[in-house]
Amino acid sequence: MNFHPNDVQRRARVASGLLFLVVVFLVGSFFRAQVLQHTQYALASEKNRLREVPIPAPRGQIYDRTGAIIAENVPGYTVSLLAPGEDSLRSALRRLGGTIQMSGDQIDAVVRRYRRSPNRPAVIFGDASFDVVSVLEEHRIEFPGLIIQASPKRFYPDGPAVAALVGYTGEIKQAELDSMPGYKAGQQVGETGIEKEYESRLKGQEGVRFVEVDVRGRVVREAGAREDLSAVAGPPLYTNIDLELQKFIVRLFGDSLQGAAVALEPKSGEVLALYSAPSWDPNRFVGGVSAAYYDSLLTDKRRPLYNKAIQGTYPPGSTWKLASAITALEDGVVTLDERMPVPCNGGFQYGNRWYKCDGGKGHHGDVTLAQAIEYSCDTYFYQLGLKLGLARLVAGGIAIGSGERSGIDLPGESTPSFPAKDVNAYFNKKYGPHNWNQSFSLNIAIGQGENAQTVINMARFYTAIASDGQAAHPQVVPGSTDKERLFTLDSAQMAGIRAALAGVVLRGTAAASHIEGLTLAGKTGTAQNGRPEEHKPDHAWFIGFAPADNPKIVVAVMIEFGGQGARSAHIAASIIQHYLKATPKQLLSTEGL
Amino acid sequence: MKQQRVVPDFTLLALALALSIYGIAMVYSAGQTDVLTRVATLWERQAGWFALGLLAAYGLSRTAIRMLDWVTPPLYVGTCFVLLLLVFIGKGFGTGASTKSWLAIGGFRLGQPSEIAKIVVVLALAKVLAARRDAPKSLVDLWQPALVVGIPWVLIMAQPDLGTGIVFIGIFFAMLFWSGCSWQLLFMAVSPGISLVLAFNTTMWGIYFLVLIAFVLWYRPYLAEGISVILASFVTGVIAPSVWERLNPYQQKRLLVFLQPGSDPLRSGYHVIQSQVAIGSGGWLGKGFTMGTQKRLAFLPAQHTDFIFPVVGEELGFVGVTIALVLFLVLFLRCVRVAGRATDSFSSLVAFGVVSTWFVHVLVNIGMTLNLMPVTGIPLPFFSYGGSFMLACWIGVGIEMRISGEGRGKADTLVI
Repeated sequence: MNFHPNDVQRRARVASGLLFLVVVFLVGSFFRAQVLQHTQYALASEKNRLREVPIPAPRGQIYDRTGAIIAENVPGYTVSLLAPGEDSLRSALRRLGGTIQMSGDQIDAVVRRYRRSPNRPAVIFGDASFDVVSVLEEHRIEFPGLIIQASPKRFYPDGPAVAALVGYTGEIKQAELDSMPGYKAGQQVGETGIEKEYESRLKGQEGVRFVEVDVRGRVVREAGAREDLSAVAGPPLYTNIDLELQKFIVRLFGDSLQGAAVALEPKSGEVLALYSAPSWDPNRFVGGVSAAYYDSLLTDKRRPLYNKAIQGTYPPGSTWKLASAITALEDGVVTLDERMPVPCNGGFQYGNRWYKCDGGKGHHGDVTLAQAIEYSCDTYFYQLGLKLGLARLVAGGIAIGSGERSGIDLPGESTPSFPAKDVNAYFNKKYGPHNWNQSFSLNIAIGQGENAQTVINMARFYTAIASDGQAAHPQVVPGSTDKERLFTLDSAQMAGIRAALAGVVLRGTAAASHIEGLTLAGKTGTAQNGRPEEHKPDHAWFIGFAPADNPKIVVAVMIEFGGQGARSAHIAASIIQHYLKATPKQLLSTEGL
Repeated sequence: MKQQRVVPDFTLLALALALSIYGIAMVYSAGQTDVLTRVATLWERQAGWFALGLLAAYGLSRTAIRMLDWVTPPLYVGTCFVLLLLVFIGKGFGTGASTKSWLAIGGFRLGQPSEIAKIVVVLALAKVLAARRDAPKSLVDLWQPALVVGIPWVLIMAQPDLGTGIVFIGIFFAMLFWSGCSWQLLFMAVSPGISLVLAFNTTMWGIYFLVLIAFVLWYRPYLAEGISVILASFVTGVIAPSVWERLNPYQQKRLLVFLQPGSDPLRSGYHVIQSQVAIGSGGWLGKGFTMGTQKRLAFLPAQHTDFIFPVVGEELGFVGVTIALVLFLVLFLRCVRVAGRATDSFSSLVAFGVVSTWFVHVLVNIGMTLNLMPVTGIPLPFFSYGGSFMLACWIGVGIEMRISGEGRGKADTLVI
């Protein structure tokens, strides 16, 4: 080698300089990573080790108007699994299958939840039974990512009594995740009823707990990794429901009757009670309904899951005669004391067809409008219909809200079927230009034909009769007090109509339901059931209010296949009587507290 | 010749001791994971190897360099024999699980001979280069040193241990430089290698080839050498793709990941990304000794061997990293001084060879943790857990101390 000292010293300087530069470069690189990019890497490191475990927020409790509980929360358990990847999740679930029965579908569902939000623990059991929890607690050491946590579970103390009103909560569905921003897989949401309608008010705010995991997803520390964010419970929801009345209605329906009942406060539209029979138990839906129970509900011919108060539409029958009468009075076509040219003799001849009155049994003779309402005389209303004409009849019906939903604050209300305002266009389209004529107004006038209404919508119409021609939208939860004017009659006409309706119960079609000391007003109705081939009786309607001079409650009762309207009148009368008797008692008892 | 009294270079010793104690502390910390593994107790064994290393260093510091000079040929032959043996009976273990780098007898692992081979190659190369009056002037002059490094290099690449192979190449060029080779000659020697790497980008390769031709025309080496360098560069460039195909998939991946670590974040890129996250999350002062979460929760792979430096970065922060790097720098500069002060060319070359070995390790290992270098699995001197390596490092320290003692002037009169 070239070993001249000068050369060696020169090479030493070069080498030293090179070493120095390399180390400076390395120090600079570390400065860049550790100081300049620190925030970014610190975040990555936290993301590595911390997993968020959601703390479900208790939903707001739901109360009735007196403070009785309709929906509350009870302690439940959620079992979920933290996994670093889909493969490890699957294998953990397979191993879990050795301890707890799990079907392939269940495993797939868990994996789907995981894919939706891989950083959250995938929910395995949204509502684990105590047995499952205790078994899993025993084997906990074998499943390092397993998280068992106490979480509030929805409970409806009066279950089936309030099902049609309150609905139930369930795990959020795939489709809902897409349409409801801010929600995450595995969360509980309101599926129907009040729970769904007021989801945003009830849900509360989910909290977060941080657990520390290692590279294999094992939970190494349960708490203290970072400060928890506690859950915020949803605020309580006070409804207009009178739970006591609701339960009374349930008892009246018993197990045998099927149909619906709605009770409204006439001036404000507050929903006091709403029931659809037969009912179902919402508690069995919370945390996932069993296939057996769900199937039994689906196959039940009485259609328990179908809300007959707001979803079912039925021909309103004679209860609709009030709409014809009011339209005629509004137009000044008749007065309450006016008689029709042809007296009732079991029916009315129009063109080449005989239109029966009360199935041919009605021989009401020469009656006034008030009497025609009392006795539900079809003959009178056929002539009234002709006098008004189809266009006016339909326009009047639309004015009282027969063409649209009542606007009750419950999801899933059906739109009634009713002709459109442009009658000619409507019937031309439906039947062809030459296949319909004015005779259609005969049927419309007595609430048959192109007319199917929900119970809630008819009840709303009667709140206008029971007050001053205006009606609020039915409200389960206090809200807007906007009212709509359905018709305009002077006070004498209003009094006359109410007197006629009182006469229905006093002397007329619902005389059997007269209760001493109670001036009950109302109208019966019988609706063809639409399935005559089954040879079942018609649907029975009664819509009424009391006291007749100063109404405090409107009740609509519709019994499917109930036969005559008088049958529903009995039930409605009992409801009204119970309510008017019970109300002061309740006031006394709350005053005493 | 009168008996010369050897004064121990206490500064050098102190630096090496500081690095070793720092390193053992980090091996201890590397074992402190949330789920304890066998790594938890390895620091004790490392301390044992350290003690053995101290003994070896003491022994070597009492051994005249002439003795080393004398034993070099048999040592070299012996080492080559052992390496040859490993090709047939080598065992994979630990970080070298896929290689045959371990010498084991009856299931008892004796160590990784390639670590000791690094020192032996330094000695042998020093002997060959020192025997020459002048530095190699032409490529033909390089045949001897190339052969000395080439034989063990081929045997080690057969294990296959790419990392150690790279260290050998580093040693080779560093010592050629120290022997006085011109940079032009070194450039001609590495030219085929550069051509091989650049061949993956046709444009780059084309430009490089033009530069090479211009260089040859300007430098005017022997005609035959100039032509052969150009030919060799051409050939390596052309065969590059087939060399690539013959690499193991994991080696290909490592190179690809080096170019783009995000490309495979869960597999090959994982180590590098987690290493960077560990270092970056350390910040100025780190998360505290033994408190690194990346390490504790096992996100950091091989945290006691190849990736021990990220533990320093995560737990002791930029300050801890800088202290380690400055200790290394001061040690290296002092060893370069030792090489400069040496009284004979063999000692000087050995001193420079040892420090260049360490330097290549430090550069490649630490560069790898920040993705400045591809992942090659080279340990960090004085830090990474590994018995043979700790021993080898301290053998190096002993040799450096001896050369320092024999050297001109007093070690401490010279500023590092």
